[in-house]
Formats: sequence, C-alpha cells, structure tokens
Amino acid sequence: MPNATPEITLSARNLSRRFGNRQVIHNVSLELRRGEVLGLLGHNGAGKTTTLQMLTGCLLPDSAEKNGCSIEICGIDLLRRPTLAKAHIGYLPETPPLYRELSVNDYLIFAARLRGMKPGAAAEALIQTRQRCGLDAVGKKIIGTLSKGYQQRVGIAQAIIHRPAVIVLDEPTVGLDPTQIRDIRTLIRELGDSSSVILSTHLLGEVQSVCDRVEIMQHGKLIYGDTSARMQKYGGISGFIISLRNPPPLSELEGIVGVSSVEPLSATQFRVLHAPDTNPSGALLTLAERQGWQLEQLTPLQATLEEVFARITDAGITDGEKNTTGETS
Amino acid sequence: MIRLLALRELRSLFSMPSTWFALAVLQFIFAWFFLARLDAFLEIQPQFAQLANPPGVTITIAAPLFNTAALLLMMLAPMFTMRLIAEERRNQTLTLLLSAPLSSRHIVLGKFFGLLIFLAALMTGVPLMLYTLAFGTALDHGLLLSNMLGLLLLTASYVAVGLYVSALTTQPVIAAIGALAVLVGLWLADIGAAAEDSPWHLISPLNHFQNFNAGLLDSGDAAFFVLFSLFFLLLAMRRIHNNRIYG
Repeated sequence: MPNATPEITLSARNLSRRFGNRQVIHNVSLELRRGEVLGLLGHNGAGKTTTLQMLTGCLLPDSAEKNGCSIEICGIDLLRRPTLAKAHIGYLPETPPLYRELSVNDYLIFAARLRGMKPGAAAEALIQTRQRCGLDAVGKKIIGTLSKGYQQRVGIAQAIIHRPAVIVLDEPTVGLDPTQIRDIRTLIRELGDSSSVILSTHLLGEVQSVCDRVEIMQHGKLIYGDTSARMQKYGGISGFIISLRNPPPLSELEGIVGVSSVEPLSATQFRVLHAPDTNPSGALLTLAERQGWQLEQLTPLQATLEEVFARITDAGITDGEKNTTGETS
Repeated sequence: MIRLLALRELRSLFSMPSTWFALAVLQFIFAWFFLARLDAFLEIQPQFAQLANPPGVTITIAAPLFNTAALLLMMLAPMFTMRLIAEERRNQTLTLLLSAPLSSRHIVLGKFFGLLIFLAALMTGVPLMLYTLAFGTALDHGLLLSNMLGLLLLTASYVAVGLYVSALTTQPVIAAIGALAVLVGLWLADIGAAAEDSPWHLISPLNHFQNFNAGLLDSGDAAFFVLFSLFFLLLAMRRIHNNRIYG
C-alpha cells in the first residue's frame, strides 16, 4: 500500500435517470481512486450501461440541481464543464465505436487527436498503445476486415490511447475466445496500475480475477459494494464435487476433518461442503490415495450471480439506501 | 477540432469505393450536359451572328449548365448527407464523439464542412469544363464566379438540411428520403406558386439561386443562404445535445 491515499479520480453522487416513466437508475453514487479497478456487476438490464453512459457524459442524469447530483472527473465537474472533464475519460461502449472503413492506425490517431493530443504526441502514443493491445501486426489493416477479437482490442486501444485518468469499459470481454479474454484481463490489470478503471460485467469470474472492488447493481440500485476479496466469500461456495471410481461409504467421507456435509449426486459423484475457512481437499486427496478410492476429478463449486445475489440479500447487507461511498466526509 | 472531424469525414468518404463511383458517374453526367449545351450553341451560332447584340457563350452554355447542376444537386445532396449522423448512430460510433471533449457545435460543424468540401470538389468539374472554352473564346468571368459562389451557397444550404434530417433518425435511408422530401418540397412549392410575390418563392433555396445564375450578386440572396444554413445547423446542434438528454 502506498503511504498517501491515491487521489480520487471519479466521484459521482446521486445519479438518477428515467426513460419515459421508467426509473432506470436510482440514486447511484460511486467513487474511484487512482490505481483502482472497480467491477460493476449486474444482470443484463440492471442499469450498468446507463450508469456508465452517465459517467462518460453521453447521457445526462435527471434534473441535476434538484437531486444534488454531481459527477466529478479529476475534480472537474462533468455536468458544468463537460469538454474539460471528458479529456480525462476513455470509454469503450458495449459495441466498440469503430469507423470500419478506416485503418487501425488512422482510427487510433483520430481518437487520440479527438481527445486533444498534439500530432507528435499522438503518433508516439499510437506506437505504445498498439504494442500494449497487441495490434502491431494489424496497424495498416482496415478495421472492418479484422476479427471480432481484434476489433475489441482496437476498441480498448481507442479508450486508452490518450492516457486518461479514468477508463470506463462496458463488458470488454463479451464475445471473445478464452485466450483473448485472458489477454484482455491482463491488460485491464495493467491499466489499473496507473489509472482508475471501471468495468461492467455480468461474469463473477471476471470480477474475481481483475477487480479490486465490486459494486453489485440490481434494478438500477447499487445493492452491495465491497472489496473483491471479501465478496468472494459470497461468490465461492465452500465446497467441491468429487468423483471416485471406488467410493467408500458415505460416513467415511463425512468423517474427514473439516467436511460439513456430503451429498451423493450419483454412485460415484459426491458434493462435499466445508466451512469457508478450512479446506479439507488436501486431507481428502491423501486419504483417497491411501485407501485406493481412485479419485477421478475434484472441481471447486462456483456460485452463479443469482446465488451471490440471494446470499447478499439474505445476509441483510442491503438496507435500501445502501451507499458505499457513505464514508465520504 | 472542427478541422479534425471534417478531415475524418473526408477520409471515410474517400476510403469507400462507392464515393469514387459516384464521382465518376457525376463527372460523366456533367460532361454530357456540357457537350449537349455546346452542341446546341454551335448549331444556333449562325443565327446569333445576325443579332445586333447576341448573347455570349458564357450565358448560353454556362448558366444552363450551372442550373442543371443545381437541380441535380438537390437529388444528390441527400445521398451524401444521409450518412452523416444517422449512420454514426446506427454503428454506435456517435458514442465516441459524445464521450470525447467536444461540444455539439464541433460535431455538427465538423461534419458540415467535411461534406461541403467534398461536394464542392465534386462540383469543380463544372467550372473546369467551362474554362476549357477559354482556349477558343473569351469568357465572362464575372458570370462564372457568381454562379460558382451561388452553387457553393446552395450546396451549403442543402447540406445543412440533410445534416439536420440525418440527426433525427438512426436509419440513413430514412434520412435520405426525408431530406429529399424537404428539398423537393421547397422546390415544388416554389414553382407551384403562381403569384409573383408568393412567400413560397422566398423560402426556396433554388429560387434564390436564380439571381446568382443570371450573374446578379444580391446580398439578400446570400444572406438567405447563410441564414437558411445556420437555422438547420442550429437545429442539428440542438438535436445532438438532446441525444444526451433523451438517450
């Protein structure tokens, strides 16, 4: 941890938004510091995209004065001085905003100049960004001819080329293959070292692997916010599924220290649950080997987003007006 | 910023094969009209020679050619303006502009000047063809200049209308038909109004072009074009701004 708390790069208060009669976002407040990766987790239609659009100035929040709503980017008011504030934002929307008829180089230079970079600086930033996003080989290609994975990378490249303080990524890994997802997650992690990143997703795994902090959104409200590590106790069910080709009696499995319950799924498959702070898998493995149970597989259980929601709401953490930035002085 | 956006617009236009195709076809059409006019002039020239004060080559060839170009432009401009904002909205590239440090003024003016430069380049074929006549005869440069200026102002007003209609929709085709409807509607109202002092004549850009076409520089006509363009550009800016309010 650095000695001084890093400065706040983005602070949004009381964002509300309605489309027609439908209230889509209810009093959302967010705060982000430099060097932080925040995951905005929620189902499709939870209001993630709308929130991100408001944070990037593409959409205005409802009646700013009345609700006491404000968005500040690096201390600049986005609603009052949008052109100044927006120079510090890099935004990748759900669909990457690509001019398909331009070459990757031309497009990225345009994106950099659009955010106010000088031609010389833009050319330099192009080389760096291309390398960072793995686009060196395709610089001269026309964007429309690239594969979806490359197009997504170009989309990320345009969001980071001007080295913004706040990077907003709306579902950056949707539709990519596993290798590309891994690459992009590594890149996001890297970006999180120098800037602040907000990332929206409906994948729990994504949050666990790249985010420092999580905000969970449901029906346009933030219902839970905490560090990603602490959320994992909601995310990961403490347990695993084992297959044994030569299973012992159930009682023998239940007898292993730390195991709280064993549920047979079939003749050879069992669901083993244990307390969150003890992991009996090591003991189980040694026993299996010694007793000749012929272990075939051991898979940790993964919770779905629904289960996390259910558990978070069950735990009584929500209190209707929940607000993670409540500690702001 | 406006220049950057205008250049991007031009770059996109010129990277599409359809643009080059349209350019080629239009030059062919202009050349066809030009040659037809020239042919008619050569046929009628012996009769002109008997007149005491015969009309010159510029007024008999250039003025009708510019008039034809102005009419063609009315049909053409919507084909080019339709993409300006509607397509950006459909391809979701408008988000890039909305999240960039630009105001709606930058976006609208950048697109306006980008397309205006393109259409002006497209129309330069016409005066270039006419200037080839200078090899054989003396031309009335004043008349040519007033026509060129008039055509440029007319193009600006058409682009402004097209840009605004394009800002209203997500479908480029609808933007094209909408802009065509407005332009043809103004033209039909103009030629349909029988009375000499009918207000319909006043709001038709093509009517205001007639003075330029005859070689008459009227500041009233120029002011009309400027105000007309400004009006639609302001509406377009307003629409882009509303994009942030209504999503």
